[in-house]
Amino acid sequence: MSYFAFLSEHGLTMLLGTVTTIKVLVCSTILYVIISLIFGLMRLSKNPIIQGTATVYIEFFRGTSLLVQLFWFYYVLPFFGLTLEAFTAGVVAIGMNFGAYGAEIVRGGVLAVPKGQWEGAFALNFTPAKRMRKIIIPQIFPIILPPAANLTVELLKATALVALVTVVDLTFEAKQINAITWLSAQCFGTALLIYYIISRFFLVPFLRWLEVIAARKVGKDRI
Amino acid sequence: MNAEWRWDFAIEILPQMLLATLNTILAAGIGYAIAAVVGLLFLLGQRTPIKVVNMINREIVEFIRSTPLLIQLFFVYFVLPQFGITLSAWVCGMITIGLHFGTYLSEVYRGALEGVPKTQWEACRALNFSTFYTYRKIVLPQAFPIAIPGMGNYLVGIFKDTPLLSTIGVAELFHAATAVGGYHYRYLEPYTIVGLIFLTLSIPAAMWIRKIEKNVNLAQGKIKKEQL
Repeated sequence: MSYFAFLSEHGLTMLLGTVTTIKVLVCSTILYVIISLIFGLMRLSKNPIIQGTATVYIEFFRGTSLLVQLFWFYYVLPFFGLTLEAFTAGVVAIGMNFGAYGAEIVRGGVLAVPKGQWEGAFALNFTPAKRMRKIIIPQIFPIILPPAANLTVELLKATALVALVTVVDLTFEAKQINAITWLSAQCFGTALLIYYIISRFFLVPFLRWLEVIAARKVGKDRI
Repeated sequence: MNAEWRWDFAIEILPQMLLATLNTILAAGIGYAIAAVVGLLFLLGQRTPIKVVNMINREIVEFIRSTPLLIQLFFVYFVLPQFGITLSAWVCGMITIGLHFGTYLSEVYRGALEGVPKTQWEACRALNFSTFYTYRKIVLPQAFPIAIPGMGNYLVGIFKDTPLLSTIGVAELFHAATAVGGYHYRYLEPYTIVGLIFLTLSIPAAMWIRKIEKNVNLAQGKIKKEQL
């Protein structure tokens, strides 16, 4: 069977899987960004309880494997009476796992804002909330976006794992087609190519664009 | 299904899990050794003064880095037999992990080499040292400490990605947990034990790496003792 015959027969199925992969990517990216901002700032808190909570969360999720967390969310939570749909379990596990990594990036970003900015805000008698919201947070984006972009590409790759908890995404479809046709080179090769195309031609340019916007917002035209 | 944690069951399966942990550690160790060597090969491809080689090298690295390890595993495991090469799941897993993380390690090596100030090279040039001597005596001893934290991080990274090997049937910790869970139809204890074992191994490892990183920074004068 030629490759084109393979594509015409199974291309649509793989495309549908790709749509699910992109859905997982978008949902878990939103979740991980929110979690990293919250826990990154909590990690910087002077209150030991808030800081401790964030530290435990970050160490816990960074210390264990994503696959283990995913299976835990999907297979173990029902024991506690909380049954998640496969898609939800996947998004929550990926979002929480990457949120822990992202929180460390946010923490590093806040610490990297020059000291003069803090002192300036202090001298102008800003309240702590206003100082964070108006001065510090807007400035962390150009600092955190390059590492966050790497993390987001990692997240795209991690979405393949949701196939193992029966989310019908690109990986799952590739596995199914492989099981039916045994054309392993074609179906896994196509899946690899699709992931590569998403990352190289859509995700990475989009993240670069965000970096440029963020740099321009704080008056740095070149990064 | 009841939500109670059963200690007797947990203790019953614990020896089996600990035994499987050895396999996980072994897999991570072998995978890391291969990745370290593959990383050197990619580094070589990148530093060769031939443009075409550089370009091809970069594309390969980009491709491997932006596709999921899981599908790469399937690819190697299912496609190679079609070309008449039948490898065991272990070998496939080790090759794939080695290739995948080799691309990351080559970036670590590159960063470390570039971290050695250019003046060091110029001084060696002025002293008429050979390239080999320059690498061996001047550049590598300075680059190595810079590479240590990154290399350590990827060791922990490989360790945390070994559960993926269970999908192609390598009998490591996660595979054992799934098997035990399926046999007794109780997943609470096996998966929780897996999580705890991972935590008890990777948190001390991460702390140890952070300590080394701090020492390296101290030795290089990037941070001062008072800042600690």
